[in-house]
Amino acid sequence: MNPAASVIAFTSLSGLGFGLLFWLGLGFPPVTDWVAFVFFALAYLLAVGGLLASTFHLGHPERALKAFTQWKTSWLSREAWSSVATLLVMAAFGAGLLFAGIAIAPVGWLGAVLSLLTVFTTSMIYSQLRTVPRWHQPLTPVLFLSLSLSGGALLAGMTSVAPWLLVLAGVIQCLHWWRGDQALASSGTTLATATGLGSIGKVRSFEPPHTGGNYLTREMIYVVGRKHARKLRVIALLLMVVLPAVLLLLPISHALAALAVVSHLTGVVTSRWLFFAEAEHVVGLYYGERT
Amino acid sequence: MTELPGETTRKLGLVIDLDTCVGCHACVISCKGWNTENYGAPLSDQDAYGAEPTGTFLNRVHSYEVQPDSGPAQLIHFPKSCLHCEDAPCVTVCPTGASYKRVEDGIVLVNETDCIGCGLCAWACPYGAREMDGAEKVMKKCTLCVDRIYNENLPEEDREPACVRTCPAGARHFGDFADPDSNVSRLTRERGGIELMSEQGTRPVNRYLPPRAKDRMAETQTQQLDPVATDLPGFLGWLDRALDRL
Repeated sequence: MNPAASVIAFTSLSGLGFGLLFWLGLGFPPVTDWVAFVFFALAYLLAVGGLLASTFHLGHPERALKAFTQWKTSWLSREAWSSVATLLVMAAFGAGLLFAGIAIAPVGWLGAVLSLLTVFTTSMIYSQLRTVPRWHQPLTPVLFLSLSLSGGALLAGMTSVAPWLLVLAGVIQCLHWWRGDQALASSGTTLATATGLGSIGKVRSFEPPHTGGNYLTREMIYVVGRKHARKLRVIALLLMVVLPAVLLLLPISHALAALAVVSHLTGVVTSRWLFFAEAEHVVGLYYGERT
Repeated sequence: MTELPGETTRKLGLVIDLDTCVGCHACVISCKGWNTENYGAPLSDQDAYGAEPTGTFLNRVHSYEVQPDSGPAQLIHFPKSCLHCEDAPCVTVCPTGASYKRVEDGIVLVNETDCIGCGLCAWACPYGAREMDGAEKVMKKCTLCVDRIYNENLPEEDREPACVRTCPAGARHFGDFADPDSNVSRLTRERGGIELMSEQGTRPVNRYLPPRAKDRMAETQTQQLDPVATDLPGFLGWLDRALDRL
């Protein structure tokens, strides 16, 4: 799949932002006044920034409000509802901390649950697609949630749990890659089932429908980046998990914490880039990929 | 709402005969011709006369080589357009309700004024039947020529999809799969019509008729004729024997 910058920014940043909102909603760290303001501002910048980035890949962003109508069937629509609900509930919780200096716990808990729900709906947009076997596995929502929780804990400065959550996310990431590498082969979809000609003999793409590219080949059949996939996986793991976890175990300082966050975010972006670039859509079979 | 109808009254669709298709791409051109100037946004081209031309098509013809275990390979032309699935995943993923499946005839359509151009429906389609138009930024797909098949301003013989009307080989058939006696239902039954990627669970309506078994040219070619005369009579016979004796 084409790794569009807007979609990578959207899932990485908003995942981190909603992860931070989850911990803030539970009361970690216990902040009030201007410290609360800084934490909430950061969370909202990440979450809203990510959501805004997602509108850049729309053909008609001016009609984006229509995306709220189909929550009964569409995970994208559910994500729209869930993200707005989270931002509103957490705004109420944040206002209590900021202006009255009190934490209205039930509101915070609701916001925390909604934060996770939002990340889950984001992951389901990809995980629901049977056409992309690498995404169509139960580990996809688990991966998105674990990265969001660990990144949020890192941003919330929870030095006691964050390293372990990061390691957990790293393990899930490795499992997701491992399962993902076998996904297309075990999906049962081949050029033989795509054409229905497998009973006659071995099918090979002889001639594509046209000599140039088209929307499908550009959007769904992206192969350029797979060349360095193995190296990028190692880089992603080091930056996303290993380096931040080690830094958190050192004596705490603002500079080290900032370095850990930057490293983690760079690692998540790398991992998310691979999530798209390595994903193979079954329509590629019609164009002679993987035969 | 992008909920799929439980059952559609009719199931309009195409039967494509892979035995008959000659790969002339006339259906591709007539489809683009009709659909660029009728229902919905035009099917635009980008850099049409430049180095990297590209454009929107609702129907494209692939060609595949099939190599049996023995005997020569076979070349099969393979037109591909929307299969108007009964469990169309492109419809349910749509966040705005722009994608829908009609209850009355099962045609899957896009309401272009509601389409936000997110592209998720194209991702959800395993067949590559949907393409985002490069100029209008809305999703385009086969409408089964919904503006022809019910159009009483057209002569009756033209009230079928443009690709079917134009096919010079008669390889494309249009009809109602819900009617067991329709032309398409009969063809599917008699010729063993294939469902593409059935493991994807989309329950496509369109069917493909597999190529019929071909004559085995290779076997007759390798057979040698028996010699009709070993002893030549007359002068040539004498010459042959004389030369043998030398």
